[in-house]
Amino acid sequence: MSQLIKQQALAVDTWKMLEIADGETPETVPLPEGDILFPLAVWQARKTEIISCHKRIGLILQPDEPVEDIAGDLDYFIVIAVNFPKFVDGRGYSTASLLRQRYQYQGELRAVGDVLHDQLFYLKRVGFDAWVLKDGKDAVNAIQTAFSTFGDVYQASTSQPEPFFRRRAA
Amino acid sequence: MYQYDAIDRQLINERVDQFRDQVRRWKAGELTDDEFRPLRLQNGLYIQRHAPMFRIAVPYGMLNAAQLRTLAHVARTYDRGYGHFTTRHNLQLNWPKIEDVPDILAELAKVEMHAIQTSGNCLRNITTDQFAGVAADEIIDPRPLAEILRQWTTFHPEFAFLPRKFKIAISGTQEDRAVTWFHDIGLQLKLVDGQVGFTVIVGGGLGRTPIRGQVVRDFLPWQDILSYCEAILRVYNRYGRRDNAYKARIKILVQALGVDAFRDQVEAEWAHGKDGPMTIPQAEYDRVAAHFTAPAYESLPTVDAGFSAKISEEKAFARWVDRNTHAHKVNGYAAVTLSLKPQGIAPGDITSDQMDAVANLADQYSFGELRISHEQNIILADVRQADLYDLWQQARAVGLATPNIGLLTAIICCPGGDFCDLANAKSIPIANAIQARFDNLDYLFDIGEIDLNISGCMNACGHHHVGHIGVLGVDKNNDEFYQVTLGGRQGNAAKLGKVIGPSFSAGEMPDVVEKIIQVYLDNRHEDERFLDTFDRIGIDPFKNRVYEGRAHGKAKAAAKEIA
Ligand code: HEM
Ligand code: SF4
Repeated sequence: MSQLIKQQALAVDTWKMLEIADGETPETVPLPEGDILFPLAVWQARKTEIISCHKRIGLILQPDEPVEDIAGDLDYFIVIAVNFPKFVDGRGYSTASLLRQRYQYQGELRAVGDVLHDQLFYLKRVGFDAWVLKDGKDAVNAIQTAFSTFGDVYQASTSQPEPFFRRRAA
Repeated sequence: MYQYDAIDRQLINERVDQFRDQVRRWKAGELTDDEFRPLRLQNGLYIQRHAPMFRIAVPYGMLNAAQLRTLAHVARTYDRGYGHFTTRHNLQLNWPKIEDVPDILAELAKVEMHAIQTSGNCLRNITTDQFAGVAADEIIDPRPLAEILRQWTTFHPEFAFLPRKFKIAISGTQEDRAVTWFHDIGLQLKLVDGQVGFTVIVGGGLGRTPIRGQVVRDFLPWQDILSYCEAILRVYNRYGRRDNAYKARIKILVQALGVDAFRDQVEAEWAHGKDGPMTIPQAEYDRVAAHFTAPAYESLPTVDAGFSAKISEEKAFARWVDRNTHAHKVNGYAAVTLSLKPQGIAPGDITSDQMDAVANLADQYSFGELRISHEQNIILADVRQADLYDLWQQARAVGLATPNIGLLTAIICCPGGDFCDLANAKSIPIANAIQARFDNLDYLFDIGEIDLNISGCMNACGHHHVGHIGVLGVDKNNDEFYQVTLGGRQGNAAKLGKVIGPSFSAGEMPDVVEKIIQVYLDNRHEDERFLDTFDRIGIDPFKNRVYEGRAHGKAKAAAKEIA
């Protein structure tokens, strides 16, 4: 049972990841109905087809997939999920920063994979607004405490575009 | 020195609460060991040979007396009454209990100290020159920008899970004393046409693949340092290798791309951040710099008559002044190094009682402040010449006046096999054996300036690559052996030492060092330091002497096989 956290609460998750099974390729995999997170390769191979048959489109990015490749497509996506295969793989933080700060992506930005309590604060700061907390972890405690670990921050980032030193005088 | 304001205090207090909760959840089984490990590492907590090790940050090496007293208290209460100063401005405790660490952090927070990001694959403590602000050859005081960088690194949300650790050093002097050529980022402050800025060096590092850094930007205005570092870090975070921990440092990325392509990527990334919100306003610089103003120096004669008299009367004092005091930019003052390299203790170790004594000395003689050097010593930066004699006597009474700074026995040494799980060999007993061999002060002074650095394995925590004599612990069929390098150095002309040949057993090491020193003494011209002679005559004479009469690798192996 997926634990999707949005707006400080558990939410119902309607999105499904499209898996490419053995023997299938991005070009041949059947495109299911419904709210689907398409892998980048599928999106790139089947863009026109996906747009024609889906009103709501989601994308899933792996850590090594450069956001530059989809920078021109962002208006199509309602959700972009960024996968963290291991929580210590920090590439997704840069992916999020770029999507939000450089390419002004406005849709839902969702952290999936090895997503844990103690990373939620930083994930929020770089621009994630949805998190699928790892199975078996305490979502209620996470919602109550993990987003408010620190009351302020030094650096500029997505959630606070002004560094503290520019807000200090105010 | 810098004093916290409301936000700095709030953040470290919140950090204590955060870590307390993490320890609780780990104990309760809500966090697995694997999930907890990076969290504790980013709070300075390693698990090592005997116990956890705990690393407390001394940002850019600055401490006040109250902080040192707290360190003494923490080491006494939660550990065995001593600590170890490392080569990166940290104090390491060898035996704390994990369960106590939240309380230790709370005690540290009261005096504006912490263990934030002292280990783990994140932005580490910023290091600099131990004589910052007082050095006679200083161009710009690096401390305000070091503090601004410290705040920027603290809890940076995008760069908390880098491919590998990331170390930044900054120096503002003519002669580099911060090893800037061997850091992930080395920053050298300079003045060009009246403008203050940095030469930015990237991709240096010691460890298993020692590489001298390369200049990525010759001149960067100081206002841009944060946005430029963000560009470097973003390129590294995205493209640094994560498949192999040994190839994950930024130096490997810079080598793989070539410095020109790496620079192009950084500059392209920086084009977006340049002149953005991370540009440092003058007002912020001024606010921080106001904490680093000169103390209330008296106007004193260049030479104090009483001081000169004591020097000619007492040879031991003269020796200490010669080695352990340093030129100061203010007349009548000196900077003093308290040596943590007396014979027979682990280099860099200091007891709680000594820490308290040093805190008193700082209060009495040096405006209540002190510094830690990357050579693992303590510096009192602002002592009146007229006070040196009293200071020396008091320091001597607590074993902190060994007159050996810059000499053979002031060894840089890592914890090695006595404490460290990664070690190939012990390092502390080698340091102690060499110190014992060279315990004659006349001889030691005659040998003169020489850096001897020892690491217990190729991770190079003891900087062996940049020692004039470097000693590296290696494993040979489960036995501890030592490889020797010559000619390494730090400073502006920093370079790596060269291996002289097959390695030695622990018992051979004092003889090996002795022979190396003999070659130097036999060959030196007047006024030549060890390094000068080495540069002139090359490595061969040293090799020949050290391996004289010793079966070489192959011959020895053959002999063994026959036997
Ligand atoms: C006993 C616990 C310690 C462990 C497990 C440890 C581990 C390591 C490792 C694995 C590296 C290599 C990193 C790399 O190349 O990617 C390293 C480098 C280093 N460590 Fe340690 N270390 C320890 C203690 C110390 C101490 C006590 C000092 C200071 C005396 C120190 C200072 C350094 C320095 C200066 C490097 C520099 C090499 C570089 O990063 O380029 N470490 N350490
Ligand atoms: S150099 Fe090796 S033995 Fe020494 S402290 Fe570092 S990791 Fe341990």
